[in-house]
Amino acid sequence: MIKSTITRTLDSDFLWSFRRSKLAMGSFVVVFLLLAGALFSPFIATHNPYDMTTLNLMNGFSAPMEPNAFTGDQFWLGSDGQGRDIFSTILYGLRLSLFVGFMAVAFALVLGVSMGLIAGYVGGWIGATIMRIADVQLTFPAILVAMLIFGIAKGITPVDMREEMAIWVLILAIGLSDWVQFARVVRGATLVEKNKEYVQAARLIGRHPAFIMIRHILPNVLGPVMVIATISLALAIIAEATLSYLGVGAPVTQPSLGTLIRIGQGFLFSGEWWILLFPALTLLALALSVNLLGDWLRDALNPRLR
Amino acid sequence: MFAYAIRRIIQSIVVLLVVGLVAFAMFRFMGDPIDNMVGQERSTVDIERLRGELGLNDPFVVQYFNFLNNAARGNFGISYQQSRPVFDILLERAPATLELAGVSGLLAILIGIVLGVFTAIRRDGLAANTIMVVSLIGVSLPTFLIGVLLIYLFSVELDLLPSFGRGEVVKIGGWSTGFLTVSGLKALVLPAITLGLYQMTLIMRLVRSEMLEVLRQDYVRFARARGLPEKLIYFRHALKNTLIPVLTVTGLQLGSIIAFAIVTETVFQWPGIGLLFVNAIQFVDIPVMAAYLMMISVLFVCINLVVDLLYFAVDPRLRDDNAAVKI
Repeated sequence: MIKSTITRTLDSDFLWSFRRSKLAMGSFVVVFLLLAGALFSPFIATHNPYDMTTLNLMNGFSAPMEPNAFTGDQFWLGSDGQGRDIFSTILYGLRLSLFVGFMAVAFALVLGVSMGLIAGYVGGWIGATIMRIADVQLTFPAILVAMLIFGIAKGITPVDMREEMAIWVLILAIGLSDWVQFARVVRGATLVEKNKEYVQAARLIGRHPAFIMIRHILPNVLGPVMVIATISLALAIIAEATLSYLGVGAPVTQPSLGTLIRIGQGFLFSGEWWILLFPALTLLALALSVNLLGDWLRDALNPRLR
Repeated sequence: MFAYAIRRIIQSIVVLLVVGLVAFAMFRFMGDPIDNMVGQERSTVDIERLRGELGLNDPFVVQYFNFLNNAARGNFGISYQQSRPVFDILLERAPATLELAGVSGLLAILIGIVLGVFTAIRRDGLAANTIMVVSLIGVSLPTFLIGVLLIYLFSVELDLLPSFGRGEVVKIGGWSTGFLTVSGLKALVLPAITLGLYQMTLIMRLVRSEMLEVLRQDYVRFARARGLPEKLIYFRHALKNTLIPVLTVTGLQLGSIIAFAIVTETVFQWPGIGLLFVNAIQFVDIPVMAAYLMMISVLFVCINLVVDLLYFAVDPRLRDDNAAVKI
């Protein structure tokens, strides 16, 4: 059983098209390395940059690969004003960026798929209202919607809770700005599935509508959802970085890649280029490879588009 | 046609009313604005006086009515952060954003069309392929990252262009323009490229695919057979027929340029409306947020309405009554 699954996977079109595309393999390696770096950052990083006891102010502004003038300590990618190792801050920032990205897409997926199922299966005025809201939201750019939601949510949370809530508010904002794509696709697929015999049979034996939606229709509409999820992940990572860069995202106490770039820009003109450049290059690699991987996945899973 | 237009306009008004309600709800229920305005030293008498001045003691319905009434006349109240009328601040900031958006839009259209035609004509050439790959990278990178990297290259390393602000501006009436001074023009270069890059690649790819389609048509082949010069065929015969979809997309992108100006303005500290909005969110300055929300919604709803009505006027297939209901 397991053996046949493995051979089937190895034989599949999917893997074949993956092995044929050098670009896809290259981006996969980059994404994999970045994911591993983020996941195991506490073990890879030289120290926890946000644990004050591991910092030495004398190490501030060390250039990459050069021993510090006072302490003689060496940093691969240099250090920032407080003596934090840039390599470690990048790993921790990456961890946060990816966490927010995955959580936001998961939230958008759950919300969008349920809304799409309800709009497609139940229909009526409930479905019409859901799709009308989706249409209106779609006329505005997602980043603007996310900023507004962030602003409103920030206004509602009490002042002393803002710092610790910021990450969850960010996930909420990005997720809410991104559910429409899922809802539209799932609704379309549900409208098709709804009239098929297996659904009518399930209805005939008196299954609850919620049961039919989740157990019967959902598995049959999941294909396109996975493609949208990958592309959404790239968009969510970019949205998170942009919001954090604008200063309306991750707080300075828990910086993501976007926050690091925002901080680094301040040191650009005093000659400490490494504080900006290395986080920027990491984000560049991440955005580019996730995007390329998403494009490839869309082509590979959607033979009609080829 | 008439019924459709009416239905579409009513829909737009409903959307604006809903957005207005969101804006008002933000205005009314988010935190206590007084906390954001006064220090701890203020006496309760002062605070009560301020509360009365800002109309925060009125009943809900009165406040909602006042809000709508004032918003319709361009009065969005007083900024919590700057203690000045929001409308004045918006008016003062508008020229910067409009100039930036206009220049980037123009750049995007001109360069986008030229590169699109070029990559379509030399579709297998090395230069054209390089442009296509670079454009793919341009599309997948976040705007602010492009801006930051441009600053690093052109302001820090090469020291050619300024990295922030508008340079010197000249006041003409109520409009402050950066077009008339050298420093103003120099300051415009990097922000305009950053803001216009995405739209430029979009237009370029669109023109390219449309051109490739058109160049296959019989009338182009006939023009070649007549021995017309290549230049004439490409620009007179082919390009003209690609422009309709390009114009539609450009129209729809107009709103996005103004919305994405938020990011570009923050990168370059460009003193426009977008930077104002970002600062408003950071300081939870609700009147400014509400005003920006209303302004941008009117803009987007109008653009969408115009584009939809134009489609309807241009495409006879949509005039079928059943189709109109679906839209």
